[in-house]
Amino acid sequence: MAAAALGCGGGWRRAWRRGLGGLVPVPIPIPIPALVHVAVPVPACRPPRVVARNAGGGAVPAGKSGLAPWVPVVGLEIHAQISSNSKLFSGSQVQFAAPPNSLVSFFDASLPGTLPVLNRRCVEAAVMTGLALNCSINKKSLFDRKHYFYADLPAGYQITQQRVPIAVNGSLSYSLCIDNKMSQMVTKTVRIKQIQLEQDSGKSLHDDSRSQTLVDLNRAGVGLMEVVMEPDMCCGEEAAAAVRELQLILQTLGSSQAIMAEGQLRVDANVSVHHPGEPYGVRTEVKNINSIRFLAKAIDYEIQRQIEELENGGTILNETRAFDSKLGCTVPMRDKEGMQDYRFMPEPNLPPLILYDTKSLPANVNHQQVVNIDWIHERLPDLPSAKRAKLVELFGILPEHSFTLVNEDGLTEFFENVLKQTQMKPKKVIGWILNDLLSYLKQHSCTVKESPVSSVLLADLLNLLEKKEISASAAKQVFEELWKGEGKTPLEIVKEKQLQLIEDREELEQICQAVIDEHEKEVMAIKAGNQKIVNKLIGLVQRATQGRSNPVLVKQILEKKLSE
Amino acid sequence: MWCRQARGSVPRRLAAGGGRALAGPSQGAVSGELLRHLEHLALVDFRDREGVERLRGAIRFADRLREVNTDGVEPMDSVLEDRCLYLREDDVTEGNCTKELLNNAREKVEEYFVAPPGILCCPECDLQLVSHNSLFSVR
Repeated sequence: MAAAALGCGGGWRRAWRRGLGGLVPVPIPIPIPALVHVAVPVPACRPPRVVARNAGGGAVPAGKSGLAPWVPVVGLEIHAQISSNSKLFSGSQVQFAAPPNSLVSFFDASLPGTLPVLNRRCVEAAVMTGLALNCSINKKSLFDRKHYFYADLPAGYQITQQRVPIAVNGSLSYSLCIDNKMSQMVTKTVRIKQIQLEQDSGKSLHDDSRSQTLVDLNRAGVGLMEVVMEPDMCCGEEAAAAVRELQLILQTLGSSQAIMAEGQLRVDANVSVHHPGEPYGVRTEVKNINSIRFLAKAIDYEIQRQIEELENGGTILNETRAFDSKLGCTVPMRDKEGMQDYRFMPEPNLPPLILYDTKSLPANVNHQQVVNIDWIHERLPDLPSAKRAKLVELFGILPEHSFTLVNEDGLTEFFENVLKQTQMKPKKVIGWILNDLLSYLKQHSCTVKESPVSSVLLADLLNLLEKKEISASAAKQVFEELWKGEGKTPLEIVKEKQLQLIEDREELEQICQAVIDEHEKEVMAIKAGNQKIVNKLIGLVQRATQGRSNPVLVKQILEKKLSE
Repeated sequence: MWCRQARGSVPRRLAAGGGRALAGPSQGAVSGELLRHLEHLALVDFRDREGVERLRGAIRFADRLREVNTDGVEPMDSVLEDRCLYLREDDVTEGNCTKELLNNAREKVEEYFVAPPGILCCPECDLQLVSHNSLFSVR
């Protein structure tokens, strides 16, 4: 079986080198043309940092085969909670944080005599998601029972779609920046094996002190879309980028709010390593990952752990491990008594789910009872990739800028609002949005909605700058003032702090002359031919004027004086 | 079980163990390992002599299905296959019956159901799991 088809372009050669304080892995990507189809000719995967250290604090030394390359393989199973009013098979409400067992119907509690009734909205959500991920929608899909015993699964089985799910064979494209710089982005694809509808389980709270488990069934029966990805990824960064893109897509579609912190998006990672040309290694499943950042950490840790285990002559157990975010490592979760046997069987209470398109739609049909794939397709909103492309086309900003804009909730809207109210060109405005506004927001952990600087205020400020009433450095000062949120307009701040550009040419000439007089050494250097020192003088003039001089004008004056 | 097409559906009397190749245990042979596995999956204790005999009988009974020639017949997994799957509108119509639900619980803490800690026990574990179906006794 070929190695990861559309993932990392090469293996890593971990050449162990004696660095400061111990051994340091040096990544040298190797292309493996015989085995791998590379979508982009750049092997963009970065090697993991050394996260595992032995008790002495040094890096774990390489085994006998210190130079054997490893190919990590990462596959994800993602459960997204469907955004709907009621549950998948019952009419109880879907809501986060409600009094225990208040959102539970008799069916959810698995009382005898109850039957599942499929929620139309959940079907539509799954079809939308399937279409957005380029899947083939199965016009006939089936429901099955997956049996296992757990306190939060009152029926003893979960209704899912194991044999014929609602959507299959799709793909998800995502982008990564190489080398931590935003300037170089590469697009990768991960194949989607299938999307299936299934029930969520309830929640168990373990009370170890009293040796009991408390069960809340509010979540039992909520609709989930399980998105199964093929193992096309090779590191934590790729997985994180793919999940982030999926999150954006789901939020844009509205099929799921996909907030990881509220458990609306749960990701389990399957990780294994092998040598190129050899069969896939034993995989472990990593669970309990609560954020995208932890996802990358958990995967990279697990890859590292497996490599070290194998290089030390150990073996990898096919087990489930939990990620401990505090320690930054994975720990074994439960005793594996061999593979779980779920005894799948068809759900006898549900006929096959039939979906239609415009061609197959029967005449005289009750529209409430019919889900039309084409109808849903026509109404799909612009996906993040389309939004980004539009931003680049309309405003001439760079692709990596469009990523940041779309990634941050509300930022695109803010940007467009500022553009409407200013004459400054988009390419200049984007700098203010991404470098100034966004960094302030991040520093103060604010969302765009919570920004004390509104789009109106920013537009005013940029207009002052554009009309050359203030200098760029003065503008930054004003922005800092605006951030305090004291309700002053940019113009008021400029007047208050006297930041207006000096209009008086004579005044400027005097200041320039003063600087020239005080810096004979620099003047001589310039006259001797070193033109770069002029910038230093400009900077000194700026300082003397407290940022109130127009640098272009200052340069003119200085050059004129120096040539005399 | 019903076959969709009545082709060759008259069962031929075959000697036990004859006919088409059988995958898995033949002639009702059930290994100890399989028994342990089944007990573990179903959380049912039936490893006494009578239990094993019943299991063998059940397998023999089900094996008779193999006497029917089902070549080219698509399996039917639900008698509802020609029915329409009814789609419900996404309205909240149920829930809010905490008191009624908890009435059935033997034990509760505030408004939570109480269950023993851990679930997947090996038959060797001493765990009392009381299910609502008292036909099963669990060790």
